[in-house]
Amino acid sequence: MTVQLLERRATQPAAAVKMAIADCDIHPSPKSMEKEVYPYLEKRWQRHLETYGVRPRQGFANGPAFPKGQPDASRRDAYPPNGGRPGSDLDFMRQQHLDPYNVQLGILNPLRGGQGVQNGDFSAALCRAINDWQIAEWTSKEPRLKGSVVVPYEDAAASAAEIDARAGDTNFAQVLVLSRTAEPLGQRRYWPIYEAAARAKLPVAVHAFGYGGFPVTGGGWPSYYIEEMVGHAQCNQSVLTSMVMEGIFERLPTLKVILVEGGFAWLPALAWRLDKVWTRLRDETPHVKRPPSSYIRQQVWVTSQPTEEPEPRRHLLDTIEWMGWDRLLFATDYPHWDFDDPTQVLPPRVGEQQRRQFFMENARAVYGITG
Amino acid sequence: MSRHVIAATRDLPPGGRRVVTIKGRAIAIFNIAGEYFGLLNRCPHQGGNLGEGRLIGLVESGEPGDYRYSRPGEILRCPWHGWEFDLRSGRSRCDPARIQAKCFAVRVAPGEALGEGDYVLETFPVTVEENYVVVEV
Repeated sequence: MTVQLLERRATQPAAAVKMAIADCDIHPSPKSMEKEVYPYLEKRWQRHLETYGVRPRQGFANGPAFPKGQPDASRRDAYPPNGGRPGSDLDFMRQQHLDPYNVQLGILNPLRGGQGVQNGDFSAALCRAINDWQIAEWTSKEPRLKGSVVVPYEDAAASAAEIDARAGDTNFAQVLVLSRTAEPLGQRRYWPIYEAAARAKLPVAVHAFGYGGFPVTGGGWPSYYIEEMVGHAQCNQSVLTSMVMEGIFERLPTLKVILVEGGFAWLPALAWRLDKVWTRLRDETPHVKRPPSSYIRQQVWVTSQPTEEPEPRRHLLDTIEWMGWDRLLFATDYPHWDFDDPTQVLPPRVGEQQRRQFFMENARAVYGITG
Repeated sequence: MSRHVIAATRDLPPGGRRVVTIKGRAIAIFNIAGEYFGLLNRCPHQGGNLGEGRLIGLVESGEPGDYRYSRPGEILRCPWHGWEFDLRSGRSRCDPARIQAKCFAVRVAPGEALGEGDYVLETFPVTVEENYVVVEV
């Protein structure tokens, strides 16, 4: 639990708020599918949605696997005054989030964009429509925001086609996949996604959640939401291990991967463990030519939120030192309930250069966006 | 410390709430079944607006499978991360000794008494027939 916040309030916010920041995880929602997304969705799929609905790959459950800690997983103060879901009103997002925190670069991650939908053609059509919607309703209206190329990741060929179609479009900063997939994300069936992303010079962001259909922890289906919340750290470790050991980074040395919303304190320990075991089992995976940590150190980034809040807080700084300050991208997860406030997220004694890296320079480097 | 008149009681009925700014500080005022409570409108964890939090009861458990729900409406849950605060003390449920929301005394004063003493009237007229909600800041 975290908490040495009262004493630093007097000095911290002013300085931190003035600094231009990048927020690498913002969740936009359509005000209405009919009004905002249908214009980009073929009639056939509009009727399909109305008749059959969306069937995710998780048994017979609709929506997320577990109920959330707040309605719609959102801050209770994030509902736009003119109605609609949190994250559905650009003006309110500016007023509540982008302006007061001086967010100069915001990465949009639409989470209900047709990913993980069992009907593959429907999934591809929905993803394509959500990508058009991001341009029409968000990035063309607000230059501080950049979209994600949402792809139907269970169909890698369709995903690669969507990435190729968006390549070079500066409305998009990255390709988005989710962490819970039909198979671990390093496996061959997904390789065309990474190859297309590398061709398009777009990083691939792996956002927590998704619809793999498997238990949300490594040990089975848990009883409580809190177990799902901390389970993302396990899932991210499996995703990253799969990517490294299947040799994606060795094959695609320009590929950049960003792990979003799974925390980060687990990363140093995973890298240590992988390196140790790799020295003993190297001949099992000879295509992995270097120590696993060296690929992670060069081609993998993680977003900060939800930041671990150890006590004493200096342990957080130790953890970041072990990862490298150049690996971490600040993110708020706005408008979701586990939002991190940029004025509070780092302990007070972090230096100016490290703050700049954490809040902006790392993001500009990974997205190739100059200020 | 000064006493600020922020509303007529009929404008802040049971179940009502209001955020007022006094001396540059945003303060969330709640009427819970006729009792008034005031908290700084800023969560001591990361700064969420407590005035937009949900009022819940106290859930306690002696052991797994055994739950008790009491004090309905007296626990405020931050709209961001769900930290719970006891409206009567400002103390957080998870770390009551160290994490506390700042409380302000709120009481009711009759209109006729407001002419005496050092009440600060912010922006509205007062009549002797009515009662008023007063915050000490």
